[in-house]
Amino acid sequence: MDAGFDFSVIWRNITYFFIGRFPHGALGGIALTLYLAVIACVLSFFGGLILGMLNISHNRVVKYVSLAVVNIIRGMPLLMVIFWMYFLLPAFMGKTVSESWTVIMALTLFTSAYMSQIVKAGIDSIPRGQTEAGLSSGLYPWQVMVYIVLPQGLRNMIPSFVNQFVSMIKDTSLAFIVGVSELTHVATQINNRTIIYPTEIFFFIAVIYFIICYAFTSLSRWLERRLAWRR
Amino acid sequence: MFKYQFDWSVVLSGQYAEWLLSGIKVTFQLSVVSIIFSFLLGLLIAVMRMSNVRPVRWFAHGYLEFFRNTPLLVQIFFWYFGSYKILPMVINDWLNRTNFEFAAAVIALTIYTSAFIAEDIRSGVRSIPKEQMEAARSSGFSYIRSMQYIILPQAVRITVPPLINQFLNLTKNSSLAMTIGVMELTYQARQVESYTFKGFEAFTAATLVYVVISMIIAGLMTLYSRKVLNPIRAK
Repeated sequence: MDAGFDFSVIWRNITYFFIGRFPHGALGGIALTLYLAVIACVLSFFGGLILGMLNISHNRVVKYVSLAVVNIIRGMPLLMVIFWMYFLLPAFMGKTVSESWTVIMALTLFTSAYMSQIVKAGIDSIPRGQTEAGLSSGLYPWQVMVYIVLPQGLRNMIPSFVNQFVSMIKDTSLAFIVGVSELTHVATQINNRTIIYPTEIFFFIAVIYFIICYAFTSLSRWLERRLAWRR
Repeated sequence: MFKYQFDWSVVLSGQYAEWLLSGIKVTFQLSVVSIIFSFLLGLLIAVMRMSNVRPVRWFAHGYLEFFRNTPLLVQIFFWYFGSYKILPMVINDWLNRTNFEFAAAVIALTIYTSAFIAEDIRSGVRSIPKEQMEAARSSGFSYIRSMQYIILPQAVRITVPPLINQFLNLTKNSSLAMTIGVMELTYQARQVESYTFKGFEAFTAATLVYVVISMIIAGLMTLYSRKVLNPIRAK
C-alpha cells in the first residue's frame, strides 16, 4: 500500500473540475457534462416521441422500418454509435461538425431508441376505450393522440424519463473518447498532469457523478410514488 | 459517403479480418468471465440486501446505489489507474505480471453489473407473494428449505429475462474496455479504420456482430416468455 491519500490535488484544481477554462476559454468539467446531458435529453425526448409513434403506426412499412431502426440502435454499444456519428456526420453535413455536437447527436440517437420504448409503454397504458371514445366523438386519429392519449400517457412516463436522464448523465462520460472536455476528460487531463493522484481524482469524480445521479434517481422514485397515489 | 470506394475485402480477408476476429474473441472472453463473476457477486449482494441484519443490509444498499449511479467509464479508470493505492502490494505485483488491462476491465464490469443484477434478483424474489412463504413455513419447512423449494424456483423463472438483459448490456458495455487498451472488438474496428481509412466497412462489421448477438438473444427471450413464462401466468 502507498503512503496514503492526498486530496489537496482536488482543491488545487477545483474550478477546472467544475467549469473547465471558462470564462477565459471553453466551458468544461461538470458544467459541460450537465450541458451535454440536458440538450441531448431534450432532443431525445422528441426523438423518442417520434420513434415511439412510428413504432405503433398502422402503416406496416413505417412500423417495421422504424422498429428495425430502434432494434439496431438498441443492439449497439453507445461507443459504436459515437464512432459512427464521428465518421458519418461530416460526410452527410458536407462540413466538419464540432466534437460536442457529434456526441450530442450520438447520445440523442441512442437514447431516442430507448425513450421510444417508454413512449410505447406509456401509450399502451391508456385503455383502448379512450381512443375509441375519442374517435367516435368525431376526432381525427392524430387529435385523439395529441389531446387524449399523450397527455395522460406522458404523465405515466415521467419517472422513466427521469431515469433516462440519469443514464444520460452517466453516458456523457463517453464524450471523453472524442476529446470533449466534460468531467471525465478533465479528470484524465489532471491525472496526466499530476500523475501520482489517480485514486483521489477518479474517486472524487465518481462521488460527483454519484451525487448528481442519486439526486435524480431519488426524484424519479418520489415522482413515481406521488403520481401513483394521485391516480 | 459520396465518392467513397467501398472495399469489403478489407474486413473479409487477410490481416485486418484477423484483427477483427481476435477482437471478437477478446470481447467474448471479457464478457463471459465478467458475466460469471457479476452473477455470483450480484447474488451475494441481493442476499445481503434482503438480510435481517441491519448493517449488512445497509452496506448492500450503499453498494447498489453507489455503483449504479456512477458511470462505468469512471469505474474502469478508477480500477485501472487508481487501484494500486488501495490494493495490497501482493495483489498489485500479481496484477502487473498478468494482463492488467483485462483484469481491470473485468473488475469494473463485474462490480458495475453486479449492482444491477442484485436489484433484478431482489425484485424477482419480491414478486412472489408473501403468503407463499407463510404457507411454506406453516407447513413445517424451515426458512432455508422454503426458499429452496418454494420461493427460489418461482423467482428464478421470473428473473431470467432481466438477467439475460443485463448480460447483454455487459457485453455491449465491454466495448468501453478499449479506453484502457483492451484489444476487444471496438478497439480492433478502430485500429482497422486508422490503418486503412476503411471506417465504413470496419464499423459495419463490428456493428453487425453486436447487433446479431443482441437479436439472437432477444429472439430467444421472446421464445422463453412464450413457452415458459406465459403458461405459468395463465395457470
